[in-house]
Amino acid sequence: MESILVLTHADDSGSALTKASLEAVTAGKELVAQIKASLTIGIVAVDAAAAAQAIASTGARLIAVSGEAFAQARYASDAAAVEALQRAAGATIVLAPGSSRFTRVAAGVAHRLGGFIDTHITALGLAESGSSDSVGATRWFYRQRIEAVVSRDTRPWFLLLDAGTHAAFAGASSSAQVEQIAVELPTLRTTVSGFRAPEQGQQTIRPDAKMLFVAGAGWTKKQADGQVHAAEAGKLILGFLHATSSSLGSSKSLVDQGGEGEPVLPFLTHMNQIGQTGSTPRHAKGLSTCCHGEEPHVVGWRFIGDRRAISLDPNCGWTRGKADVVYVADAFPVMAKVNALLEAAKG
Amino acid sequence: MANVLHIVVCAGIVPDPLQTLEPVTGPAGPGLKNEMVLPAVLDPWAASALYEAAALVAKNPGSKLWLLSLGPKAKLQQVMMTVAQKVAFELVPIDGPIGGFPDAHSTAAVLAETIAALPGLDRDKLLLFGGWESATRGAGVTLQLVGERLGITDQFQGVDQIDIREDGSFEVLERVEGGKHQLSVCAGTPAVLGWATGNLAEPRNNPQVGMANMRTIMPALAKAKAAKLEANGLRYVSVALPKQQRETRVVKDMSPDEIAAELVAWIGAE
Repeated sequence: MESILVLTHADDSGSALTKASLEAVTAGKELVAQIKASLTIGIVAVDAAAAAQAIASTGARLIAVSGEAFAQARYASDAAAVEALQRAAGATIVLAPGSSRFTRVAAGVAHRLGGFIDTHITALGLAESGSSDSVGATRWFYRQRIEAVVSRDTRPWFLLLDAGTHAAFAGASSSAQVEQIAVELPTLRTTVSGFRAPEQGQQTIRPDAKMLFVAGAGWTKKQADGQVHAAEAGKLILGFLHATSSSLGSSKSLVDQGGEGEPVLPFLTHMNQIGQTGSTPRHAKGLSTCCHGEEPHVVGWRFIGDRRAISLDPNCGWTRGKADVVYVADAFPVMAKVNALLEAAKG
Repeated sequence: MANVLHIVVCAGIVPDPLQTLEPVTGPAGPGLKNEMVLPAVLDPWAASALYEAAALVAKNPGSKLWLLSLGPKAKLQQVMMTVAQKVAFELVPIDGPIGGFPDAHSTAAVLAETIAALPGLDRDKLLLFGGWESATRGAGVTLQLVGERLGITDQFQGVDQIDIREDGSFEVLERVEGGKHQLSVCAGTPAVLGWATGNLAEPRNNPQVGMANMRTIMPALAKAKAAKLEANGLRYVSVALPKQQRETRVVKDMSPDEIAAELVAWIGAE
C-alpha cells in the first residue's frame, strides 16, 4: 500500500500556505481516494502552526519544519527541511507544488533519499485502467509538444505538480495538531537578500490574470508608411494591459532586439518570453498580436484556453489550427480601437 | 582581483525547434521518428549558460571553461561545428543516446562521474552551469542531481544574472513566481547554477575561435566514452502528440472597427 506525503510551504508572510501548495493538497486527497493510501502533509514555514490552519480539515497527519531559517528559500536549508519531513513521513510517493522553492531542491532530496523524481506533472491517476494501485503521472516532453503518461516501480517517487492543474484546497480553517520535526541544518553559505521586480518599470507579468496578451516582433518592424512606430506600439500595448489587467508575453525575437540595437519596447524583459525558450503560462484567454504563430512560440500556448490572433499574414502559423480565431489585419488600428472601446466602457 | 573559476557547462543537444516531432516506440522505449536525421541545435537555455560562462571566464583570467555534452557522437559533431564558433571551450563529449525520454537520474549519474574525473578540475573553484530545463525532457532536475552527487549544496535555478565579487562571493538573481527575481548572496564556489536566458545576446560567429576549438573538439569526439543509461524503473504508459482541437476561423474581411468591437465583446465575455 502506498503512503503519500504532500509537501507544502508558506508564502512570503511565513504563516500562510501558497496557492500552489493548496493545489498539491487537493491532488494528494484525490490520489489517496483513488489508490486507498495514507496521507501526510508536510509544511515548511516560519510559523507552521498558523499555516496548518488552512488544511486542518483534511484529516491528514500534519508534520512541519518551522523557524526563521525557513523564511528564506535557499537550497541548503530547504533541502534539509524536505529531507527531514520525508524521513519522518516515510512516504512512498511525495507530491509537491512545482514552485520555484521546491523545484530548486526536490531533485536533490530525492537523490539523497535514494528516490526518483518526475516534474511538471499535469495529472495523476491510475497508470492503467483496471489496475488498482499503479500510479501514472501525465507530463509533457519537448516543450509541451508531446504528452506522456509515466510510471515508476521505484520508491520513494517525488512528483512536482504544475500550478493550475488542480483546484486549491478550501476547507474550514481551524487550529490543527502539528508534529514539529527537528532539522539539523548544514552550514549555510547563501543568504537571500530580497526580491527584484524587472528593472524596466511596472510589472507586466500577472500569472493570475484572465488573459494573456502576446506582443510579437511585428510591433517594431517598419509599418505601411515605411517607418518604425515603437513608441506608439508601446503605448498601445501598455494601454491594453492597463485596461484589461492582462499578463504580457512576448516572442524571443522581440525581446532579443534590445541586445541587437534594434527598436525595442522598453518594458519587455526575457521574463516575458513565451514559448520554446520562455514560459508556458495558464490563462483562460490569449490574444496574440504581430506574432507569426510558428511552433517555437505556440508551444508556450499549450495551456491557454480560448486563443485569438491578429496577424497581417493570412498564412501564418495561427491559421493552421493553433488559434480559434485569426484576424487578418494590422494590429495598430485594431488595438487603438480596442483600447478606445475599453476606455469608453469604463466611462 | 580576479577569481579563478572552473566552470563546467552541461548542455544537451535538441531538435531544431522548427522541426515537426512525432513520437515512435521502439524496443528501447519511446523516441522521435527519424530522430537521428533531424537537424539539432545546442539546448537553448544551456546555450545561455555557455555564453554567460564564457563571459565570466573572460573577466576572470586563469579561469577555464569545459562544455560537457551527452549525445550521439555524430550529432555532437554536427552541432559543435556551429557552437565552436561562438566562444572558446574545451569539449567533453559523452557518446550516449539522444532525446528527452531517457531517465534524468541516469543522465545525471553519467555527468557527475565524468565531472569528478575531469583532469585539471579544482572542485573548490567549480561553478556547475547548465540550462534550468532542457528543451527535450524539460524536467529541470538533471543539474540538481549532478550537484547533489558532487556534494554541492549551494544551488540556484532560473538564473538570469551572476555578479562575482572581489572576495569570491557572488550575487545571483533567480526567477521566482510573479515575474520577480530572488536576490541571493553566496559565500563562493562551488555552486550549481541552472540558467534561464541570462542577459547576454548570442555571440557572433568567430571563425578564429571556431578553428581553435575544433583542434581539440575532433580528438575529444574521437575519444568520447560511451554511456548506457539505465531506466531506473521509469516506464512509459503512453506517449502521444496532443490532439489537435482547434478549428480556426480566419477573418479576412472585417474592418479594424469591426474586429475591435468583436474583440472587446470576447474579452468581456465569461
